[in-house]
Amino acid sequence: MRDGWKMLPKVLCAMSLGAAVGVSAAAHAGGIDKQDFNQVERGHYLAVVADCAACHTLPGSGHDLAGGRPLETPFGTLIAPNITPDPQTGIGAWTDDEFVNALTKGTARDGTHLYPAMPYTYYTKLSRDDVLAIRAYLNTLPAVHNAVQVNQLPFPFRIRASMAAWDEMFFTPGAFRPDGRKSAEWNRGAYLAEGPAHCGACHTPKNFLGADKRGERLQGYALQGWFAPDITNDARRGLGSWSIDDIVAYLKTGHNRTGAATGPMSETLNLSTSHMSDEDLKAIAVYLKDQPGQAASAPAAPDRAGMKIGGQIYADECSGCHSGNGQGAAGLFPSLNGSPVVQQTNPTSLLRVVLRGALSVGTRKAPTAPAMPAFAWVLNDDQVAAVVTYIRNTWGNAAPAVSASQVGKARQSLAERTD
Amino acid sequence: MALKLPHKDVAIIGLGWTGSILANELTDAGLDVVAIERGPWRDTATDFPISYAQDELRYRIRHEMFLRNSQMSVTFRNNTSQTALPVRTWGAFMLGNGVGGAGMHWNAEFWRFLPSDFILKSHLTQRYGASFLPTDMTIQDWGITWDDIEPHYDAFEYLCGTSGAAGNLGGKIQDGGNPFEGSRSRPYPTPAMKQGFGHALFAEGAKKLGYKPFPQPSGNLSQSYTNPLGVTLGQCTYCGFCEWFGCANYSKASPQTTILPVLLRKSNFEGRTDCEVTRINVDNTGKRATGVTYVDTSGAEFEQPADLVILCAFSLFNVQLLLLSGIGVAYDPQTGEGHIGRNFTHQTVSGGLGFFDKDKYNFNPFVAAGAIGMCIDEFNGDNFDHTSVGFVGGGYIGQVQTNGRPIECTAVPPGTPAWGSKWKQALKDNYLSTINVGAACHASMYSYRDNYLSLDPTYKDRFGRPLIRLTIDFHDNELKMSKFLTDKYTEILKAMGAKQTVTHPRKAPYDVTEYQTSHLNGGAIMGDNPGNSALNRYLQSWDVPNLFVMGASAFPQNAGYNPTGTVGALAYWSAAAIRSQYLKNPGPLVHA
Repeated sequence: MRDGWKMLPKVLCAMSLGAAVGVSAAAHAGGIDKQDFNQVERGHYLAVVADCAACHTLPGSGHDLAGGRPLETPFGTLIAPNITPDPQTGIGAWTDDEFVNALTKGTARDGTHLYPAMPYTYYTKLSRDDVLAIRAYLNTLPAVHNAVQVNQLPFPFRIRASMAAWDEMFFTPGAFRPDGRKSAEWNRGAYLAEGPAHCGACHTPKNFLGADKRGERLQGYALQGWFAPDITNDARRGLGSWSIDDIVAYLKTGHNRTGAATGPMSETLNLSTSHMSDEDLKAIAVYLKDQPGQAASAPAAPDRAGMKIGGQIYADECSGCHSGNGQGAAGLFPSLNGSPVVQQTNPTSLLRVVLRGALSVGTRKAPTAPAMPAFAWVLNDDQVAAVVTYIRNTWGNAAPAVSASQVGKARQSLAERTD
Repeated sequence: MALKLPHKDVAIIGLGWTGSILANELTDAGLDVVAIERGPWRDTATDFPISYAQDELRYRIRHEMFLRNSQMSVTFRNNTSQTALPVRTWGAFMLGNGVGGAGMHWNAEFWRFLPSDFILKSHLTQRYGASFLPTDMTIQDWGITWDDIEPHYDAFEYLCGTSGAAGNLGGKIQDGGNPFEGSRSRPYPTPAMKQGFGHALFAEGAKKLGYKPFPQPSGNLSQSYTNPLGVTLGQCTYCGFCEWFGCANYSKASPQTTILPVLLRKSNFEGRTDCEVTRINVDNTGKRATGVTYVDTSGAEFEQPADLVILCAFSLFNVQLLLLSGIGVAYDPQTGEGHIGRNFTHQTVSGGLGFFDKDKYNFNPFVAAGAIGMCIDEFNGDNFDHTSVGFVGGGYIGQVQTNGRPIECTAVPPGTPAWGSKWKQALKDNYLSTINVGAACHASMYSYRDNYLSLDPTYKDRFGRPLIRLTIDFHDNELKMSKFLTDKYTEILKAMGAKQTVTHPRKAPYDVTEYQTSHLNGGAIMGDNPGNSALNRYLQSWDVPNLFVMGASAFPQNAGYNPTGTVGALAYWSAAAIRSQYLKNPGPLVHA
């Protein structure tokens, strides 16, 4: 599986730039009034929606947005830069225009190109006002002196100039344009989802150069050892079986009546969506529910003997929590019955949860954070294949059978992962 | 030389039920709290996942969950004429260790004591006269009343989602509940558990004899429940692996399933595991605790200064730590002077077997839970007239068979060979049709002058600290009571249709090798004045007012119920006093 540039972004100002121009540059650039409390507040909110901290804060460092977090991409590792106002190692010396260009055009101060791990392909939808609000907020953070060597990529990817060609092929700059045929709520959701919240950075399939496949927006993508599921309104794989309220509850608390967030989405929840307003979450839900799903395709019926074995394993190992009818318990044990995660065509997440177990997210409103135990030690590849094929094709679920060799590969791949 | 750490508002010793409750309450009050726990961190999916939680050999036989005797043990003797010896493998009781403490491995039998239990000495003296009590019995009142404690029972039940049927709601007796219980302010948060055939049959038998059976209150939940902290528990699956085990289904109330998810999110809480507190430090007046000293697994010693110290270890270790820290005066059974170690009690449990016709009865005993069962309370506490029975006290009687686990549940009728094909055939014939309840009669143990805790003069732990020494035996009062109750139980077994019964009333001497219960109480008891107790009514040390001591060590004597409900209620009661009174005006909450 390959990851897109998303795994974590990075802005790229070059350390080679070295020193800095001056602390006051930003203040003179216009558009930011240090006394404008509302602008700072709005910028803070947008920085949360944009989930800047996911990449730019090194967990445990105690320094917000001071960079240093390694970002895994299929092309190698980048280290997220420092975006505090420190003039030497952060962005304190940047003009507002330079900051706007970084977010919306993907260019660094020196005119070189950022790597698209920094989701400027999404942030380009942001209005200049919103970008400057983020800047106004960043200006209020403590300046942390932390020099970061961003580019850890191997040749040829470390040649930043190659990104110019990438942008030429895959990047369409331009602010969000509302669709007059849709409601204001829909347009707000579209702006958030396609702009600052950059949902597609994880959830949209990528081509071999890590760019979004435009015809398959939000239909799911494998990254970081997980499969970020389809979040279109697809009936089985997407959000078709979830109501608007289900989506809002999920994004707010990490849990709803049928599902629980885990994996990288846990972090997104804790840093970003759980802090968003109910109105904005609802707008995102309205927008996502209006995205068409994949072309319908009925998977082949699974092997009957394998299903019987899978059902027996399910009864022994799974039904104690997920119950005989697959419905689990709200807020505790996710429902497998109708579950999008269970029915993704790509079973990466399902296999990961079964083999390695998973801790669901804990949030202020849903603190329980129950966990799925690991079964890698007790079920062999054939047994895992049988039981996941069973749950993918029972209670009205339908998804392609999973083979023992797929399980074996997932097992091997997980063994190599430290996260 | 201990490394002195930055000051905390509160140092809590032990992160089991009471430590978790106090930590949550005091962090809510805005205090900076550290909890120091001797054992490891534990959580459900990592430490007792569904894929191996039900391993009888690992947990029941080999004691996986429990404190290792090589880390800490106790010494035991029946009376002062004997020399105590160290316990090298747990027998009569199981001592928890690690985060969650005994709250991880309990059966979750979730009882309230009777209103009269809290005023026991006054009540019995008033009803029967002072001379009715044995001269060496040292029971006393707790210093609190039913009205004081009821709201805190309620709080603990709603934290846990306790399943049960109310018997007395606001003074009105309810059908199907325990008619003897004290008036409760609210029903149980979840309905009573479903009962198995054997349990239901007991209720029928009891009704035939004129009793009023009711379902045992349970911390294994009949349905999914979200508590006031926002933490969700699951529905019990009746797997029958509760006591001695962790629950893999998030359906047994424990600190992990009720409090810790919220506590761990708080920035003003810190837990340090695998750190053993070696003493509570006091200043040179001896009247003020300055913090605690502890040792980590590398042997490094740390001093944790704190304004308030809350001792939340298991009862025996609370008393040991008080004695080792020189807080209060050690009890002397010869003179009756001193309070630390006084009124040590256990529980008087007894039970038996009922063999039924295998062609007519199939109990499926493996469909069970730790607190499943039907009980009667006619013979508990002072619910019946003791004038002519020759003892005081009592207990509940119940068909509370918690499991059909294959190693333990191998009862066969008397006369069966102990091994071989005849034994196997007898086991096969009887497994499904036997009622096998070791603690069918769960009765009180009152306190006596010669049952006490003290520091052992010979045996020491790895730091050279004396082990705690248990001096305990059963007295005639409890033995008579046990026979009385066990006979009543046998009558019910017969009314149920048992073709053969075998009963085991509790016998002396107290045997430290055979499992009884893990309900060890007293030694740092609460009371209404410093002349009769170590703690005041708020569990505050009379001697060191910035020290509070939680747990069953505060029980002046034990009632005829499992203690955890009362332990949790007392913790909430004490926490409320700290929050509403102590923090505003630190100092003694009761002036002697």
